[in-house]
Amino acid sequence: MTNRSFAHAVRTPPDRWSMQVTQAPAHAISVQGLHVYYGTVHALKGISLKIKTGQVTALIGPSGCGKSTFLRTLNRMNDLTEAVVAGSVFVLGENIYSPQVDVVELRRRVGMVFQTPNPFPKSIFENVVFGLRRQGIKDRRVLAEVAENSLKRAALWDEVKDRLHDSALTLSGGQQQRLCIARALALEPKVLLMDEPASALDPVATAKIEQLIMDLKGDYTIVIVTHNMQQAVRVSDETAFFLNGELIEMASTRTLFTQPADRRTEDYISGRFG
Amino acid sequence: MTSHAATEKSRSRPAPPSPQDIRRKHVGDALFRGITALAAASVLALAAIYVVQMALNSWEAVRHFGWSFVVGTTWDPVFEEFGALPVIWGTVISSLLALLIAVPISLGVSIYLTEIAGRRIRRIIEFLIEILASIPSVVYGLWGIFVLVPLVRSIQPHLTSWFGFLPLFQGPPFGYGMLTAGIILAIMILPIMTSLTREALHAVPNHQREASLALASTRWEMIRHAVLPYNKSGIIAAIVLGLGRALGETMAVTMVIGNQPTISTSLFMPAQTIASLIANEFAEASSSLYLSVLIELGLLLFGITLLLNVGARLLVNRISHAGGRRR
Ligand SMILES: Nc1ncnc2c1ncn2[C@@H]1O[C@H](COP(=O)(O)OP(=O)(O)OP(=O)(O)O)[C@@H](O)[C@H]1O
Ligand SMILES: [Mg+2]
Repeated sequence: MTNRSFAHAVRTPPDRWSMQVTQAPAHAISVQGLHVYYGTVHALKGISLKIKTGQVTALIGPSGCGKSTFLRTLNRMNDLTEAVVAGSVFVLGENIYSPQVDVVELRRRVGMVFQTPNPFPKSIFENVVFGLRRQGIKDRRVLAEVAENSLKRAALWDEVKDRLHDSALTLSGGQQQRLCIARALALEPKVLLMDEPASALDPVATAKIEQLIMDLKGDYTIVIVTHNMQQAVRVSDETAFFLNGELIEMASTRTLFTQPADRRTEDYISGRFG
Repeated sequence: MTSHAATEKSRSRPAPPSPQDIRRKHVGDALFRGITALAAASVLALAAIYVVQMALNSWEAVRHFGWSFVVGTTWDPVFEEFGALPVIWGTVISSLLALLIAVPISLGVSIYLTEIAGRRIRRIIEFLIEILASIPSVVYGLWGIFVLVPLVRSIQPHLTSWFGFLPLFQGPPFGYGMLTAGIILAIMILPIMTSLTREALHAVPNHQREASLALASTRWEMIRHAVLPYNKSGIIAAIVLGLGRALGETMAVTMVIGNQPTISTSLFMPAQTIASLIANEFAEASSSLYLSVLIELGLLLFGITLLLNVGARLLVNRISHAGGRRR
């Protein structure tokens, strides 16, 4: 098996297609020398890092250090602002800032969950199938099946199965956030970006979201921004510490929190600034 | 939450409020409530006085003609024969025609302004819209006479030769008529409708756009399925306001509609609206019955506006409930 894939790799140039044929690449995301400017604000200053496939990676750092900006470069949500991006960003083997990239398709494969739950003022069901409908899927059986599966994955099915056609705005904040996760999962993304997904929620709802993240690990590559250090420790495999637009250090979560290599990381995780 | 509690505490720390303080505060509240209630009541009172006064003054006509006033089709002041159906028709059709033209344009401009245009272009267009809104209607009327009427007159033969098989496009090329009135009304209600629709779209929070884009929709799908549905009621309110304006507009309409109270299926035939008929004939109303008839027309216009407004409200409710039941 290893022999065969090795021979295959030797014969053909190691481009993304041959890698996909043999096995998922070790890194779902690979960023080199990334700079982002908002006008005169230099929000990210030369970030280089790799994010492992199927793992949960946490981004931590004080407010304004560029965590959200970094996350939003990964699905090109920055296109909405006047952000200027330089450097190379490879997601799922594709240089996503090359002009040929289909941004809509990129966002299908890279889902996003926002800090405050943002359901549409539609029914719960219509929220979940929103993405599918935009893909042109009309078959009611397919829609119903995907909706059920996605809601189950997001641990929300039991709470909403009898009221799928009620407005999503009747749900509690925590339920709304899980609905937003279900909605993202319905498109079967490979990567899930989460920007402080639990910061607007109470401890019980937060625990549910964290449990959910751990359940999803493996099937999805998850990048999560969090201000909550315990949360990073609980859910993530690797952690990256950002400060003033720079990546100070990235390591396995255990290492970063027990033996940080950089003084500034130590100061931050022990609560001395930020 | 915590910060609120903190300010609450710091405010009360110097001296706990005495019972007098509290009472004084309550007196202020009551006073304020009284004044605003009075203001609100005055609006109701005005409407009531308007209706009662009009009803009283039109009583002679109401008694004289009864329902035949509303369904009668002949308008002949000389023989004191007054049927209002042609002007009701003219009012409603010219306004609906105006909406038919103005709604898509105002929606398109608003979408362009909120979702596509850069900041500089947006500023310029918004400024121009405000200017347009401030032009007096008599000036629109003049523009109608000197520009629009000849234009309609010159394109009408082409429309007739292409679509002449439809009654809508048959008739002599006067230039003055229903179509011209509809166009001028559309132009006149466009600024206010555009600026209200733009407000409505502007009020859609950005997180809704982000949610849609993050679920792999194109920009157009985002507008169509996330932005527009989010504030349907705001958009419909803009349309209703435009409709109200169109129903009541007098000066510009009277200058281009041809002023003939007839019912025709042709867009090119002259017609007449309630407001424009009142303005035209009020000075000539010699008998008390004639005068009373004109006032009844005013009441009728009030009724039509009310009816269309209520209809639109019901529509809004229907639509907003379609987006998932609220409990
Ligand atoms: N749309 C924007 N326009 C201009 N500047 C922006 C914009 N978004 C972010 N910035 C700036 O970029 C820097 C990084 O912001 P970012 O939102 O990425 O920080 P963050 O680490 O996510 O902070 P927080 O923890 O508070 O969410 C900040 O200085 C911020 O002011
Ligand atoms: Mg942020």
